[in-house]
Amino acid sequence: MKKFFSTLSLLLLSTVAAQAAVFQAVAVDKSQITFSFKQMGVNMDGKFKRFHAQIQWDTTQPHQAKGGIEIDLNSIDTGSTEADQEVLSKSWFHVAAYPKATFVLKSLRPLQGQSYEAKGLLTLKGQTREVVAPATLTPQGMLTGSFVLKRADYAIGEGMWAKFDVVANEILVKFNLPLQ
Amino acid sequence: MNVEYTQTAKGLHWLMAVVIIGLLALGIYMSNLPLSPTKLELYAWHKWFGVTVFLLVWVRLAWRIMHPPPTPPEGLSTLLVRLAHIGHFALYAFMIVIPLSGWLMSSAKGFQTVWFGVVPLPDLIDKNRELGNALQLLHKVLNVLFMLTIAGHTAAALWHHVWRKDETLRRMGWRFSK
Repeated sequence: MKKFFSTLSLLLLSTVAAQAAVFQAVAVDKSQITFSFKQMGVNMDGKFKRFHAQIQWDTTQPHQAKGGIEIDLNSIDTGSTEADQEVLSKSWFHVAAYPKATFVLKSLRPLQGQSYEAKGLLTLKGQTREVVAPATLTPQGMLTGSFVLKRADYAIGEGMWAKFDVVANEILVKFNLPLQ
Repeated sequence: MNVEYTQTAKGLHWLMAVVIIGLLALGIYMSNLPLSPTKLELYAWHKWFGVTVFLLVWVRLAWRIMHPPPTPPEGLSTLLVRLAHIGHFALYAFMIVIPLSGWLMSSAKGFQTVWFGVVPLPDLIDKNRELGNALQLLHKVLNVLFMLTIAGHTAAALWHHVWRKDETLRRMGWRFSK
């Protein structure tokens, strides 16, 4: 009986710890999806200007979170016109065949306080892989997080770009999504 | 009166001559390349050596102040002497201003300069596409003027040596025959 109550109070506590809220949309116009990587040892930043995002998430039901992001790869901004054109080519995103990157959310598990773990499937250039991204959710509903994408996993930057001495393999992808 | 330049002054002059001519050639070559890993690597090396020139020119100027160069050869008109001084002043000014324009241009284009991949130079200006293009043009124009000044400098040295047959060029060299 005692054990039952302690389990119950623990359960109650964990529900309180995670914010109870139901989110049904992402304010895309206020969202940001950016990335950074090392080129010749120098940090470079870029972003995507066009993408769609949806969410259906009752924070008390983390495993039933549903959502997705669809990025228009043509809207990439690497900071230079020359590179913007290059990354659309066959050796990079090959947008002629794969114009979009999609992320399908599988779960948003509460960890501690405002911390969550987002899990989902990222499809890029015809390849689908699981992505795990630590994220935080502010009381205002801002979901922020990041994960490291290894470009070689998706054959982004093939041929003469395949080596990592000029453009590093690790691309840090960051997202800032105001949920509503 | 000094008849010759000091060994250090000669060494710095010819070292920088080689590096600067190399940088000019590399700069023209790399900017016409299509984007490739090689191009990005060449840009990095160009920037690293450009920063090196910027540092060396201060060493050279300090040395020059402590060890004044030999006086101009006799029998030159005041106009020519003045022209020579203006030319030398311009060469030093280009060695300072051109690397600066390249550094600022890199920052404006969003490519920070990290000297030999080790020492990061601060970005004095923020990323700005228009400003980056303007600075690129400035870098180019300054380099064209620099190349013209170097051509004038070389022509003057040869004029002294071949036409006027004076000591001017020889005092910047090493006499192996002695």
